[in-house]
This record gives sequence, structure tokens and C-alpha cells, in this order.
Amino acid sequence: MSEQKKSFLIINRCAPYGSSNARDALDVALTVSVFEQPLSLLFLDDGVLQLLPDHNPADIAQKNLSANLAMLEMYDIDQIFVCEKALQQRGLTSESLGLKARTLNATEIADLVRKHDQVLSF
Amino acid sequence: MIFSLVITGAPYSTQCADTALRFARSVLQQGHTLHRVFFYADGVHSGSALAAPPQDEFNIPQAWAELAHEHQLDLVVCIAAAVRRGVLDSNEARRYEKDGHNLASDFTLSGLGQLVEAGIVSDRVVTFGA
Repeated sequence: MSEQKKSFLIINRCAPYGSSNARDALDVALTVSVFEQPLSLLFLDDGVLQLLPDHNPADIAQKNLSANLAMLEMYDIDQIFVCEKALQQRGLTSESLGLKARTLNATEIADLVRKHDQVLSF
Repeated sequence: MIFSLVITGAPYSTQCADTALRFARSVLQQGHTLHRVFFYADGVHSGSALAAPPQDEFNIPQAWAELAHEHQLDLVVCIAAAVRRGVLDSNEARRYEKDGHNLASDFTLSGLGQLVEAGIVSDRVVTFGA
């Protein structure tokens, strides 16, 4: 494994179900973590819905993504950021979320993107 | 500069597969290195040898194969995304007891580790999504 380190930012912009994006992003996040690279997750737009607790997707025959999100903690992935405006637009606050995330405004999001080596958007 | 590309959009449904190809050619023309092209999510269909577009349309899997030959490119298709969508090499076809396999010969199936490794090695990772 390479000794070199690169910081990764994974941006989640899609709702948890309806497309494979959320699951695809999470799989990449866990792999980055296995490679012991610095990692942050940012939730924008409908992506903030991924962080709501108590998903119940059994009726649409999907696997529960919130169970997978719980794995973030197991993998020591704690740099989790969420767009303040996306929360507001959807009538949510950071207290409504199922895990601890720091809310960021647009300027802070730009800074976050700038300070990472690789940005992957889903 | 060392580049890697990630392609998540399906060929023919979205323009991103064409755009990624053009971007790859430009990267190489300008003397940069293309470390890896990683096909993920619906992007795995770019690795299907069975794609048969009309003759007056661009053959995306074939275009990648030609570029790969010319520049010894590493074309990696995400194995988990591919087998779900029915893009199999001979090993996977045997493993899942399928009658045929369709991964084009210049592509390889591998895991997400190849995407992360590409991120570590490359100066830039450029994603082509839907």
C-alpha cells in the first residue's frame, strides 16, 4: 500500500433511495477508510435526506442505508459536514439528523472543497 | 500531471461517456499521464463487448479499447457494480454459473480499492457522472 496520503472529500447530493448514488458513495467512503486516507463527507441538496434516522425502505425492496451509515462510526469516519441551506430548504435542523454532522454555509463549503486533494461527487 | 478518470454514467443514455473519452484523448495529447480509468455504477456498461450501436454512431467500448491499445491504459470496471448489472468476465460467469461473459478484452474487473489507489497516485481525479 502506498505511503503517500491524499485527502478525499466525498460529496453526496442525492436522496438515499431512487438511485444507487448514496450506496455507491458510501462504498467508496468505506474503501477510502480502509486505505487509511484522510476522508471527509459532505451532504448537499437532497443528499441531506441520507442522514435522517429511521429509514424504512423494506416496502420498496431496498436495503436500509441508515444501517450502513452507522458503519461510518465503526470505520472512525467522523468528518461529516452538511449544507446549512439544504437543511433549511427541507425544514430540517442538524438535530433532526441520525448522526453528528457539522453544518456549513456556502463559504465554508468552498473552503472544505479547496482543502481536499481529491473530490468525488455522487 | 497524473490524471485518473471515474465514469459513473451509462454510455448512450448520458453524454458523459463520450465526454470522458474526449477528455482522456486531450489529457494524453497534452503529454499528461492517464493512470487509470475507473468505470463505476452505470458506467460499467462502457465495458460491454456486446454493445452494438448503429454504424453511424460512436462505438464507446471499442473507442476505449483502441485508446487503451495505443497508450497502454488501465481500464478498470468496478466488479461489484458490474456483476449486478450483468457485465461479467469469464471468471465471474463461471462463479455465478452464467452461460456467457461480455467484458471487453481491454477492460479488467476489480474492486473499489483501484479507485482509491488511483486517487492516491493521481494529481487529479475527474469524475464524469450522469
